[in-house]
Amino acid sequence: MSRSTGRRRFMAGAVAAVGAAALARDARAAASLGATEHEVPEDASKTQGYPLADESYGTRSQFETEARTRFKTATPQSSWTFTPLQDSVGIITPSGLHFERSHAGTAVIDPSKHSLFVHGMVAQPRKYTMRDLRRFPSVSRILFLECSGNGLTEWSKPTMPTVQGTHGLTSTSEWTGVPLATILREAGLHSGARWVLAEGGDGAAMTRSIPIEKAMKDCLLAYGQNGEAIRPEQGYPLRLLVPGFEGNMNIKWLRRLEIADMPFMTREETSKYTDLLPSGKARQFTFEMEAKSVITAPSGDMTLDGPGFHEITGLAWSGHGAIRRVDVSTDGGRNWRPAVLQNPVLPVCHTRFRLPWRWDGKEAILQSRCTDETGYVQPTLGQLIALRGLNGPLGSVYHLNAIQSWHVASDGKVTNVHHY
Amino acid sequence: MSITTSATMRLKPLLLAPLLACACASAATSGEDTYGFGSTPTQEELQRFVSPLPDGRGLPPGSGTVAQGKALYEQQCVACHGANLEGGIGDKLIGGRGTLVNDTPGKAPVKTVESYWPYATTLFDYIKRAMPLAAPDSLTNDQVYALCAYILSRANVVPDDAVMSADTLARVAMPNRDGFVGDPRPEKFPPVARTPHQDLAIGAAKK
Repeated sequence: MSRSTGRRRFMAGAVAAVGAAALARDARAAASLGATEHEVPEDASKTQGYPLADESYGTRSQFETEARTRFKTATPQSSWTFTPLQDSVGIITPSGLHFERSHAGTAVIDPSKHSLFVHGMVAQPRKYTMRDLRRFPSVSRILFLECSGNGLTEWSKPTMPTVQGTHGLTSTSEWTGVPLATILREAGLHSGARWVLAEGGDGAAMTRSIPIEKAMKDCLLAYGQNGEAIRPEQGYPLRLLVPGFEGNMNIKWLRRLEIADMPFMTREETSKYTDLLPSGKARQFTFEMEAKSVITAPSGDMTLDGPGFHEITGLAWSGHGAIRRVDVSTDGGRNWRPAVLQNPVLPVCHTRFRLPWRWDGKEAILQSRCTDETGYVQPTLGQLIALRGLNGPLGSVYHLNAIQSWHVASDGKVTNVHHY
Repeated sequence: MSITTSATMRLKPLLLAPLLACACASAATSGEDTYGFGSTPTQEELQRFVSPLPDGRGLPPGSGTVAQGKALYEQQCVACHGANLEGGIGDKLIGGRGTLVNDTPGKAPVKTVESYWPYATTLFDYIKRAMPLAAPDSLTNDQVYALCAYILSRANVVPDDAVMSADTLARVAMPNRDGFVGDPRPEKFPPVARTPHQDLAIGAAKK
C-alpha cells in the first residue's frame, strides 16, 4: 500500500545510494519531525552504529514521518491538530501524536509553582501542590479521548480526504493520577453538592461543569501519560480525565475545582459544545461519546497495491464501556462479517479490529459498524441526520459517530465517500 | 519527598492514613479515612477566582455603565470583534435572533450572545477570565460589568442607560433563555431509511 507520506522515505533512500555529503546535509535539514538524522550506511551490518549516549531521551526513526496536522482555524492558539490514524498500529497513540484541542494555545507551567484549589460546597477548602497530589494513592487507566467535534466537516458531504481529517480527533493513552473521588472526599462534600467546576490554568481558563455522580464515579486527576509526565499540550502538569465524556470536559492545566449545587453555565457548555437542532432548540450537556468505529487501513488517499490479500484494520471505541463486536462490510453495507477484536478489549478505550480480505480488483465500499456493551449499534449518517437534521454549518455539528465509508476504485485508489 | 520517588514511598501515606486522619482532624466526612495532604487556601488566594452561577451567586461587587463599556470596547475589543460587534477573529456578538430555527443545510444559524447565550452571567464569567485575547484576566470587575452593559445594550437586551452590577446582571432575561433541552441520547433511530444512496450500485456511490 503506498501512501502520500512516502516522500521522506524516498529521499532518505536516495541519499543513502548517492552517499554525497552535500545531499546528506540537505537530508539532515529536512529531518522528519521528532527524529535525529544519522548517516545511513549501505549495509548496517558492516559497520558500528551510532553510540549509546550516557544520557538520552529516545526519538523515533529518521525514516518515519507521521505527524499531527492542524486544522486551519483563524488563529493557531484556538485550534486543533489531528492524530495520523492511517499509520496507527495497536491501540496506544504515541504521546507526541495525541490530538490537540486548545482554546488559548499550549500553556507553559512550572509544576513547582502549580497548585490545585478545591473549594465551594466543601467542609475544608484545600490547596494541593503537585508534590501533594503525587502522595495520594494512584491509579492508571488506558482511555480514549475524543473531541466532540471529531468529524464535524463530514455531515453534508465527504470533505476531508484522509482518516486523519475525518477521525483524527481521537487518541488513546495510559493515564496515571489520583481518583477525583479521593480529593473530593478529602475536602468533604456538602450534602447539596451536585456539580464540580473544573478550570484550567491556560489563557482561556477553560471551564466545564461536571456532574457530581460522574466526578465520584471514575474521574481522574492525571499527571502521567504513557509512562511519563503528561505532555504540555495535554495539560502538563495536571489534567482532569472524565472517561467517556467529550474531550473538552477533560480540562487541561487543571488549577481549580469549585463545587456547587447547579451547573455554572460556562461559555463552553452554553454557547459552545451544545447541539442546535433544526427546531431552534439546542441539546445541552451531551456528555457521552457514543460508540464509533472507523477503518484506518485501507482508508482515504491510500492506493491498494493490487488484487489479492489485504488486511482491513481499524479502531472502535465507546464512551459507554467496552466494544462488544465490530462488523465489516466490503460492499457498502449489504453484507457484514464479524471482525476479530484484538485483546485487550478495554472499556472506554480504542479497540483494534482486523478482517482478512481478498480484493478481487473491482470497486468496493468498505465500512465498519461497532456495537458496545450496552447493545448500542453505531448508526448510519442517514439515521443521525433523520433525528438531528442538517441545519447548516453552525447547527448540530458535534457528536458525529456515523459509519464511515471508503470507496475503493478498480485502480486501488481509496476515497472518502458518503454511502448510507 | 521527591516527586519522582518510587512506588514504595507512595505506600507510606496509605499505612499512615488512619493516624493522619485522627491527628489532623482534616476533612473527615462520615468517618472515612483521609490523608490530610495539602494546605488550607487563604481567602486572598481564592478571591482571584470568579465563577458566577447563573442565578448570580458568585458575582463580585462592582458596576459599569453602557458608556463606560463602549469606551473600553473600542480600546480592548474592537480589533477582534469589530466596530459593530459583527465579529472577525473573535465571535460575532450581536444579531441573529430568529435564525436558530433552520433546516437549510447551506445556511448557518447565527449564534451570538444576543441570539443564543442563555445567561448574562456567562458573559461576565467569560470576559473576566479569558478576555481580552492578548491579556486574559486583566480587566477589573467594574470594567467587565461595563463591557457586559455595552454588549447587552447593543444586543437590545438592556436599555442604553443600564448599569450592570451583581444584582442587575443576574436579573437580565436573555432572549434564548429557554432554548436548551437535555440530552435525549441514546437515540431511538428509525430503521435504516431507504435513501437514494442505498439504491445505487456500489460504483455510483455519492462522492
